[in-house]
Amino acid sequence: MSSETRETIINSEKGKSSAAMSGGSNTQDIGITKPLLAISKRDLSLAYRQRAELMQPLMFFLMVVTLFPLAIGPSPQTLQLVSGAIIWVAAILALLMGMDRLFREDYQDGSLEQITLSPAPLYMIVVVKVATHWLVHILPLLVLSPLLALFLNMSMDMYFTLMLTLIIGTPTISLIGAIGVALTLGLSRSGVLVPLLLIPLFIPLLIFATSAIDSAAMNLPYGFQLGIMIAIFLLALALAPMVIAYSLKVSQQ
Amino acid sequence: MSFTLPVLVATQITCEKQDRTLFQDIDLSIESGELVWLKGENGAGKTSLLRILVGLSEPVTGQVLVYEHDVHRDINLASAYYVYAGHKLGMNPLLNALENLEFWSAMQGFNCSQSHISEILDNVGLTGLEDLPIKNLSAGQQRRVSLAKLWLNTHAKLWVLDEPFTALDVNTVAYLEAHIAHFLDQGGAVIMTSHQAISLGKRARVFELEYTW
Repeated sequence: MSSETRETIINSEKGKSSAAMSGGSNTQDIGITKPLLAISKRDLSLAYRQRAELMQPLMFFLMVVTLFPLAIGPSPQTLQLVSGAIIWVAAILALLMGMDRLFREDYQDGSLEQITLSPAPLYMIVVVKVATHWLVHILPLLVLSPLLALFLNMSMDMYFTLMLTLIIGTPTISLIGAIGVALTLGLSRSGVLVPLLLIPLFIPLLIFATSAIDSAAMNLPYGFQLGIMIAIFLLALALAPMVIAYSLKVSQQ
Repeated sequence: MSFTLPVLVATQITCEKQDRTLFQDIDLSIESGELVWLKGENGAGKTSLLRILVGLSEPVTGQVLVYEHDVHRDINLASAYYVYAGHKLGMNPLLNALENLEFWSAMQGFNCSQSHISEILDNVGLTGLEDLPIKNLSAGQQRRVSLAKLWLNTHAKLWVLDEPFTALDVNTVAYLEAHIAHFLDQGGAVIMTSHQAISLGKRARVFELEYTW
């Protein structure tokens, strides 16, 4: 079934004087740096205005990590053994909590449409958005981590390795997570779906990150695990922006 | 004999939503200085057609060229020629009018001073409201902030307006109509939907989509 189209020419009912209102003095710069800086600046400004919501994943992370010693028991050896796994699992869950808002507000208020019509390619814009999101959500988490390492009786070597794995692994989580968020943007209730889609994808990262921390605990080399994590990050950096941009376009259909 | 390039040429556009074909094999060409009034019942596919014309939605078949740039393949190049004001405001409710318009200008690659944006906001009747988050403004005032884009972007050759008069008061409607007429006089082209009569003092080509099921 198709609709039919009909074209006619009409004259408007009455004339109106034209007001000279377009006397702007703006200049157009078709470069892409300006839009990219603008999106980063705006997202930082919005994050600052929503500080309370920003704190939720951080508090969640802190609470999960502090609950484990209470449940497992205060034995320093046991805590040290599971510390890497606890922090990593808590970090993944905390990151997923804040992930949903990466594109949702822009989608709902129509900003995403205007962003799509920018001279900057959408895949570059999503890289900037993901990087800003990482800066706002992960940096506080990294700042908190020395305190958590102390809670869980981590050695200096383990802590150093934990930081390395978090610095390499969390951008990968952000990039892969953004794909899931972009894919489910058109769904009204995607709250549980995003973690269900994404958690299986984070398993390799989790395995290599905790393995690196365990190796550090035993004074064994862990370069191989970090190498694999870097490879996963680079692969995600190369492919995820295109996939996110495509998913955003599909979600806006 | 002079030859002017059409601003927009859409050929053989077909749009499907779920199992329904909204429209099929539509051809549309918009010349410089021309006003196209897209009409049709609710659900006829007006918004879908406008979204396809600006490259936000993909048609099942067909191609849309804006100054010979394919809006679906080269959206970043083609979009330099038009401004799209859709149903959604395209403004973040937590930011104020100045911040929203400053961000929009930067996203479109414009250098626009705060004083110029303030001047435009004054013209659309938002004096003194520049610093309020737009979530605190009325629906009509929010729409005015969104439509201020039409005064900001002086480089666009085409305006794609989806129900631009929604929620606006009589004076603002008249002001916007005058601005559209001025834009057409300057050689701009406009395609718009509106359920209310428009009075621009200009010839409008009515393009009607018929709702069928």
